[in-house]
Amino acid sequence: MNVLEVRNVRKCFGTDVVLEDLSLTVPEHTATVLIGASGSGKSTLLRCINLLDDIDDGSIVLDGQEITDPAIDVDVIRRRLGMVFQSFNLFPHMSVLDNITLSPIWVHGVSKDEAQSQAMELLKRFDLGDKAQQFPDRLSGGQQQRVAIIRSIAVRPRLLLLDEVTSALDPVLVNEVLSIVRDLKQDGMTMVLATHEMGFATQVADEVCFLESGRIVERGPASQVISNPQLPQTQEFLKRVHEAGRL
Amino acid sequence: MSTNDSPIHDSVGRASSWVPSDREVERIAQRKVIARKRIAVATLSSVLVLGALIIAIVTSPGFRVVQETFFDVSYGRAVLHIVARGLVTNIMLTIIASIVIGIFAMTLALLRTSRSAALTPFRILATAYVDIFRGVPLLLVILLIGFGVPALRIHGLTSSVLVLGTVAVVMTYSAYVAEVLRSGILSVHPSQRAAARSLGLSQSQTLRFVVLPQAIKRVIPPLLNDLVALLKDTGLVSILGVIDAVRAAQIDASRTFNYTPYVVASLLFLCITIPLTRYTDRTLLRSIARQNAQGAA
Repeated sequence: MNVLEVRNVRKCFGTDVVLEDLSLTVPEHTATVLIGASGSGKSTLLRCINLLDDIDDGSIVLDGQEITDPAIDVDVIRRRLGMVFQSFNLFPHMSVLDNITLSPIWVHGVSKDEAQSQAMELLKRFDLGDKAQQFPDRLSGGQQQRVAIIRSIAVRPRLLLLDEVTSALDPVLVNEVLSIVRDLKQDGMTMVLATHEMGFATQVADEVCFLESGRIVERGPASQVISNPQLPQTQEFLKRVHEAGRL
Repeated sequence: MSTNDSPIHDSVGRASSWVPSDREVERIAQRKVIARKRIAVATLSSVLVLGALIIAIVTSPGFRVVQETFFDVSYGRAVLHIVARGLVTNIMLTIIASIVIGIFAMTLALLRTSRSAALTPFRILATAYVDIFRGVPLLLVILLIGFGVPALRIHGLTSSVLVLGTVAVVMTYSAYVAEVLRSGILSVHPSQRAAARSLGLSQSQTLRFVVLPQAIKRVIPPLLNDLVALLKDTGLVSILGVIDAVRAAQIDASRTFNYTPYVVASLLFLCITIPLTRYTDRTLLRSIARQNAQGAA
């Protein structure tokens, strides 16, 4: 069963075409990895799927329901989606625990006690049990991003969107974040993620899509797109990533 | 520290055997000499400048007259309790007005920042309101409302100058405070809204749990500034005949042609405003420090 179908999506900012005739299918329990240079449209695609930006053509379908229907209640759709941002975006005025339980309590109607015990369970599982009462500015970047991931999965989304979740981190902190994502993949979480970490992409991806100027120009399993790319653009991009020491 | 015999501990509590090097000891001594020199220079320049100022005032030809008509100590003591009773009116007015202003200004700020289609007419009205009341001098608003409303002779409407004066102050200050609150709301980064919305929170939940708590924290220093200004500006309602500190001083001064009551009233205002402005400064510095710390993280 397909959790997500992106059909011929087009997105413009003014006269700039950011996504063009872009289609994507994400079956349940799979991870689709978006790679490509900055500005190729990866983040925009994720923002469109999360309905943070309106698309200019095509449609996006979640569990068989078109979510780009203008009459749809976006708040209801977003309850089924989780999103993690490059810059963490934790709420600085709330403790870690309050960050995580905000949506379960106020959006999903979970009782406070239950939301807190579920949050504690997740925090403990990812070695953050002692940070529950801390405020975000007391945590390292890696810890903040792990909290942000826990916050997004605390509501048990159907689909998790991860937008370059390690790009703002020190190299030594990258792995603690990626290991959470690997764990979630193992749990069977369906996800779409944009990343520059090719080694990681190879480990978790069921499908890799290489984006260039808002189009998916090459797609397939990681063994093909990352290890043995066919198109010269893909080869060139991977070469540059490799030179930057990210492979 | 006088615990020279016990081992020194560093910030995480590890015992350390650090002893300052000769160079460091020398440096500490040098810094002390420099600091002492700075204090000496500051003291000398203060004495010179302030002393010259005081001498210039005291030796001026009109000083004796000024001293008698503005700084008559025994007369000042005599009117102190009258003026102080007037000041109670200013304080009460400030307290009541600031509560009403808070509610009204928040409503205006929320209307101006909302994007809801249904609220469009209210948004336009709020914008017009803020534009008008920010642009008209407070004194004129007090005169217009204080003398204009009773002239309408609407039955049942109050003609109490105290109430009308308060209403005028509230109307003007709500416009100022609404703008401060609005700037706070707009200063919360869009990524915070995006994060809240992507968690499924509605517009109003995002406002309530994510935007407003951060916005209000940021605008507390300018709001305290407005509170000081509000307390002073309540003196303007005296023009309607409200017996506040300013009016009480005026009554006495015009009876005796001695202006000491004005000085007494000023000093009484300062007794409240100086601690308040010092406190405002402290919160401002703290909030700047906090923002810088966040930027560095």
